[in-house]
Amino acid sequence: MTVNTAARSQVLIQKEPDSLTRSRIRPFDLLMQGLSVLAGTITLFIVIGLLGYILVKGLPQVSWEFLSTKPSALNGTYGILPNIINTLYIIVLTLLIAAPLGVGGAIYLNEYARRGRLTRVIEFTTEALSGIPSIIYGLFGMMLFNNYLGLGYSILSGCLTLSIMVLPTIIRTTQEALRTVPVGYREGAAGLGASKWHMIRTILIPCCKNGIITSLILSIGRIVGESAALIFTAGIATNLPVNIFTHMKTSGATFAVQLYQYADQGRNEVSFAIAAILVIIVLAINLATRLIGEHQKAEDR
Amino acid sequence: MDKITASHLNFYYGNTKALKDVNLPIKEHRVTAFIGPSGCGKSTFLRTLNRMNDLIEGTRVEGTVLLDGEDIYGPKVEVTALRKKVGMVFQRPNPFPMSIYDNIAYGPRLHGIHKKQELDTIVENSLKGAALFEEVKDRLKKSALSLSGGQQQRLCIARALAVEPDVLLMDEPTAALDPISTQKIEELILELKRHYTVAIVTHNMQQAARVSDFTAFFLVGEMVEYGETSQIFNNPVDKRTADYIGGRFG
Repeated sequence: MTVNTAARSQVLIQKEPDSLTRSRIRPFDLLMQGLSVLAGTITLFIVIGLLGYILVKGLPQVSWEFLSTKPSALNGTYGILPNIINTLYIIVLTLLIAAPLGVGGAIYLNEYARRGRLTRVIEFTTEALSGIPSIIYGLFGMMLFNNYLGLGYSILSGCLTLSIMVLPTIIRTTQEALRTVPVGYREGAAGLGASKWHMIRTILIPCCKNGIITSLILSIGRIVGESAALIFTAGIATNLPVNIFTHMKTSGATFAVQLYQYADQGRNEVSFAIAAILVIIVLAINLATRLIGEHQKAEDR
Repeated sequence: MDKITASHLNFYYGNTKALKDVNLPIKEHRVTAFIGPSGCGKSTFLRTLNRMNDLIEGTRVEGTVLLDGEDIYGPKVEVTALRKKVGMVFQRPNPFPMSIYDNIAYGPRLHGIHKKQELDTIVENSLKGAALFEEVKDRLKKSALSLSGGQQQRLCIARALAVEPDVLLMDEPTAALDPISTQKIEELILELKRHYTVAIVTHNMQQAARVSDFTAFFLVGEMVEYGETSQIFNNPVDKRTADYIGGRFG
């Protein structure tokens, strides 16, 4: 017993006494810290460099004339007014088609459908839809809307195609918003004698308002940036609308499609001008989504 | 007089039988308390009385529940009309994320009252009925979520009163509240029975003793004993009731 204690104290004396303030260099930690700082810096520079390059090359080409006229082969001038109009037109029409379907679908899946095979299949399909490359949507849209239904190259068939494309985003974001509504609200409304639809209209939809708006903004982002699906369906025309209602039956190019056209023709300076505008729009959309998110957080508090 | 009579009531969550042949009257203008350990079926029973369990998938009811002599599980019963007559207050205060005023007006608007003057009167009376009016009268347009937990629960009671129910079901209404708020709610319950029939689920036996006229003791889905509260607490007939009241389990 005594021997044992002596041996232990011998070991203790040989070791340095523990100190809380003692600094120790850990080479592996330092290395990993350095690497992650490097990775972060590279990412930052790529983003800044890319945005800066596009803006610096593109913005000087942007003039009032560029924004407010249509391209003229005779004068040799470029103008993107038709593209601005087409883009807005396609955003509005697509959302008019996709928003009711998406929000309605999400409400059905979350509130009405019994959990079972059918809902799982629908949810799996929506999930899968969101991973399909957009050119496949374009091909499908062209076969179905342009050819089979005889819409031809038209803004309408472009919008229908885009609707299918953004539907998963709207459904999933709305579903997520619906899931965050506390059970207490539903029970509270039901307990007062509210029918299901009344509860959905007066409690659920107002609670999910921000989620739904976010999903629509994300959809706008996809629509603005989409080219492949639209080249096949809405085509590449750059005419100013004659009539706001018949315009959907004509072909029309959005920003992104136009950018692709000019790049294809080797007119890079025009492409960059459009790219600069696109980048600004996309940044604004991201900012808007973030602001809504913050607003929601502030409301929750 | 019996306001509600449950006879041979069986209830199933899927294949699990949660209530076994429950027979129980709820007396008009009295407070009836349901006590028992967790999972004994007292909340499930309460929720069969306004068919709140209909909201849960895969549940099934057998037997009858008569409200003023009418079977609430009858084929022609409109659930929304039933729930207007049989209001409910939940364990967690669940005011809607809207103003205090709109919370109270939710029920009346739902049932077709839209005149501002009428709504104003209902809101004031309901808040007075729930002993909350004095505390909130200057901020009716403020969000209901800004109230304290106890105030929120009284708001929920006011919201239930605003649709003028006959019966008020309370599912552990003070479980999430501090002692002072609990006391206020208990005083309120004693006040409410003058105009309403009250059924309350509680975990707290002292609370049952303080507020109720009749008590039913539940154990694993069975209604073991029912009687006047003083009898249940002082001279329980069933040994299991005596053991539970005496604190030997639960």
